[in-house]
Amino acid sequence: MRAPISDLPVIFDRVSMVAGGRTILDRVSTTIEPGEPTLVVGPNGAGKSTLLRLCMGLATPSDGRVTWGGRADAKPTRRAFVFQRPVMLRRTVAANIAYSLAQAGLAREDRAARVPRLLAQVGLSELAQRPARRLSGGEQQRLALARALARDPDLLLLDEPTASLDPAATRSVEEIVRAAASSGIKVVMASHDLGQVRRLAGNVIFLVRGALREHVAADAFLNTPSTPEAAAFVRGDLVV
Amino acid sequence: MQDGLNAWQLIASGDATLLAIVQLSLVVSLSAVAIAALVGLPLGALLALTHFPGRGVAIVVLNAFMGLPPVVVGLAVYLLLSRSGPLGGFGILFTPPAMVIAQAILIVPIIAALSRQTIEDLWLEYRDELTAMDVGPAGRVATLLWDARLSLLTALLAGFGRAAAEVGAVMIVGGNIEGFTRTMTTTIALETSKGNLPLALGLGLVLIALVLAINAAAWSVRVWSERQAG
Repeated sequence: MRAPISDLPVIFDRVSMVAGGRTILDRVSTTIEPGEPTLVVGPNGAGKSTLLRLCMGLATPSDGRVTWGGRADAKPTRRAFVFQRPVMLRRTVAANIAYSLAQAGLAREDRAARVPRLLAQVGLSELAQRPARRLSGGEQQRLALARALARDPDLLLLDEPTASLDPAATRSVEEIVRAAASSGIKVVMASHDLGQVRRLAGNVIFLVRGALREHVAADAFLNTPSTPEAAAFVRGDLVV
Repeated sequence: MQDGLNAWQLIASGDATLLAIVQLSLVVSLSAVAIAALVGLPLGALLALTHFPGRGVAIVVLNAFMGLPPVVVGLAVYLLLSRSGPLGGFGILFTPPAMVIAQAILIVPIIAALSRQTIEDLWLEYRDELTAMDVGPAGRVATLLWDARLSLLTALLAGFGRAAAEVGAVMIVGGNIEGFTRTMTTTIALETSKGNLPLALGLGLVLIALVLAINAAAWSVRVWSERQAG
């Protein structure tokens, strides 16, 4: 059942996040539009995860507001999230996908048909009956992607999904993400890997210590960064 | 040594009285576990997933009630079910159903307290993922109970062990009536006091063997299930 309305654009209106007396995000205003993937980049602790969690509606801003397609109600029916370390339900690979389909409101008979397609989409067909928690890190991340895609999202949020993966596993995750993006799903992905920005980004949100420094096209960010921090980041210097 | 030999002979001969006692004990304790699970698992899940004023007190009380003295539970159920008690009209005092009720009350706190801890730990792990999948409250409980099933089996076994081993509650509300409400533990107590040590010892061995067998079965289920779904 596709919801008729979209969650896009996601608008951040002077959004701040304070936790334990520490400001994690400081008055961030930006708009996430449909189109090419947006990569959220910046050093550790810049607020990338918090921005994504707010974008998903998993967290509520301390100040300011987030709207989805003009609506402030945060029900995540058209959004999906892939965590850096996804939790595998204590079930088989296929059952993990079926679970996500069921939560997305798909009838039992439709689930049976979609599970194999999603498995094929992420290259896990052979492992369908394996316990999910026995998979390797890369396979778990691909299963998490299949679960997310099962929700038929129009906004797919990924929090450094390849941070703890080797290059081969990273490549297969990126291929799935790229395929999702070209099928019309808006991808918003946190990363601190400049190579990944080059490979995937249509535009870039650059955060430093909770503040939004740039939200520009990837070309502009990589070739003509307008802030000294971004220039340092693109040069490969350490930005803290 | 002589007593020990007689006990083995008694078991080996499959004495009808002995079998009836063993059967009643099993039926009563397993029924109590089933009923206590129906109450205790949702109660544990509820405590694990909700936050309300006095939750800490509720958890402390529940944990403390894991050690409820069986004779006290027996007495309370006795007062409820006796002719002049509020539930006296059912006329089930000194029947197996009364024993099931008493044992179920005894082990609800054990099952609820252990499942509360298990489910709360799993919820910490699952919270973000289930929230992102937009799983509602009922779905969360169902998911957590199912995914924690192997650990919850241990909680049920703890409850069963407690029910099968207790004597005070079934003695008071069952009355230890021969051929009707006599269980293994009440028989052991009675025969020991009469000096009939062979039967007492034999039943003691049967009791331990049964508890072992049920735990072994549960362990096999656990190992098999882990292989299936991790």
